[in-house]
Amino acid sequence: MRKLVWLLVALLFIAHQDFWWWDDRTLVMGFIPLGLFYHVCFSIASGAVWLLALKFAWPSTVEDWALEDKAQSSEAGS
Amino acid sequence: MTAIIIVCIYLALLLVLGVVCTRYFRGTSADFFVASRSLGPFVLFMSIFGTTMTAFALVGSTSNAFSFGIGTYGLMASWSGLVHSAVFFLVGIKIWAIGKRYGFVTQCQYFTARFDSPTVGYLLFPILVALVIPYVLIGIMGAGATIEGITRGQFPQTFGGDGAIPRWLSGGVISLVVLIYVFLAGVRGAAWANTFQTIVFVIAGIIALKLIADSLGGPVKASQLVIEHAPEKAARQGLIGRWQFLCYMFVPLSVGMFPHLFQNWLTARSAKAFRLTVVAHPIFIMLVWLPCILIGIWAAAQFATGDLRLPRLPDGSPNANVVLAAMVNQFVESDFLTGLLAAGILAAIMSSLDSQFMCVGTMFTKDIVTRIAGEDRFSDRQTLWIGRSFVIAVVILTYVISLVAQGKAIFPLAVWCFSGYASLFPIVFASLYWRRTSKWGVIAAVLVTAGVWFYFFQESGYGDEHLLLVDWFEENKGLKHPVEGIMPVAVMFMSCLITLIVGSLLTPAPAKKTIDLFFPPALKGIPA
Repeated sequence: MRKLVWLLVALLFIAHQDFWWWDDRTLVMGFIPLGLFYHVCFSIASGAVWLLALKFAWPSTVEDWALEDKAQSSEAGS
Repeated sequence: MTAIIIVCIYLALLLVLGVVCTRYFRGTSADFFVASRSLGPFVLFMSIFGTTMTAFALVGSTSNAFSFGIGTYGLMASWSGLVHSAVFFLVGIKIWAIGKRYGFVTQCQYFTARFDSPTVGYLLFPILVALVIPYVLIGIMGAGATIEGITRGQFPQTFGGDGAIPRWLSGGVISLVVLIYVFLAGVRGAAWANTFQTIVFVIAGIIALKLIADSLGGPVKASQLVIEHAPEKAARQGLIGRWQFLCYMFVPLSVGMFPHLFQNWLTARSAKAFRLTVVAHPIFIMLVWLPCILIGIWAAAQFATGDLRLPRLPDGSPNANVVLAAMVNQFVESDFLTGLLAAGILAAIMSSLDSQFMCVGTMFTKDIVTRIAGEDRFSDRQTLWIGRSFVIAVVILTYVISLVAQGKAIFPLAVWCFSGYASLFPIVFASLYWRRTSKWGVIAAVLVTAGVWFYFFQESGYGDEHLLLVDWFEENKGLKHPVEGIMPVAVMFMSCLITLIVGSLLTPAPAKKTIDLFFPPALKGIPA
């Protein structure tokens, strides 16, 4: 599932280049130009894909590591 | 007069918020610099979102849509939504964890430790500060211009001339308000203020859209006029090039190297606090940008029909920077909305300004004073006051520079600042994901990127828009400037990346001890 999430992220990078309706002036719902409507949907899709990333690719060990004892902290921070 | 009263109420509310926040301020330097790493998901998100959105989100997006049509959204908003969240997820969370564990407060502290080299920190310090200063100036000068715009003709007795509150005064008041709440409660004060400011500018944009649409006979009629009188603004053909559209992907990477965002990340209570930010960021960008883009293209149609009047620039073209204000003034004619919009623009400006003041003050305190004098040289209380003193000094210095720079075209510099930070992104990414990254690779990458940046900067005439390979696109594709070309940021980014890789491979690998500190098994889990 993790790999699928990162594949979706990669697909979003490709889907951003929507050259197929570069010159299309159709108004969606009568007032949003198609190219703008597509990118509004793209923003919503980005949010959805990141939601999937949180669910399936969340780095669960990071928090514990950050909060562990600070024995080595001064070594790095000095 | 109603408009300026609304702005005054808004500023007064910010001061009240600053005073209330002092009740939660713990009086320690850790609370001043990173809010004791205690911010929850909502405040963290609002703080980060408010910091990344500048006046450009309201004013610049509308004027760009007026000039270049709907492609402005894809160029900036949808790229930012995707790339910012990717950076928060892949870089921000790891930086938070490392910062939390090892007690870092600034980027230079992190890079110095990660590459086991004070040289890296000292090399990056002036570059990071130099790139943030124009960004701060834009905020102060933009705030002055906003107040001047809404008060024109209202105080002829007091200020003479066109009767507007002068920029030096409003810029000074805005700087003072930000200084007060930052001085009182540090990053926590800035985060609370950002939360309030983000709410203000999101609501202001939506209300402006509704009232302007109503005054134009509804959104359907307003957009229909675009198709009839400014059809090119409803598409991208002839206004934005496909390579340019792709190259803009690099610009939002700047959030990975912004020193003020680095500091914001460290304020999180936990890694989980990032979740809301990662998911909601693209949606909120859409909520702010969509109304502005629609208002921008509607303005283009109204201008084409002669119903919208805009002041002319010396070259005879309409001044696109005032499109949003002109649409509100000429079609809504509501002092209340004018005031709300001005408050919204100020909110967008100030929500970035406070974090920038804080971060520069923090960097001077942590990367210069305590680094040279030694961590143990000062008590916590002394460190807190050194931080406060530097914040005051930064505010005064940037305010004075803004007075000297009045009348100069400082806005185009913003893209160059963003490009500079974005070009250095490979360094922070490699520091987290590539063990082999060496200090010599980083030093070489910083120097080469700075050189390439400066070369393009002077080629542009010191701050104007600049596209590469324009002649090639014209000869081979029949496309003319500014429709097609490669943005310098793409070349700068690649220069940094290639130098970093080659430089690191040709020089000794980092010590195992350093790698063990920064690449523990627990941090492996982020990429697939």
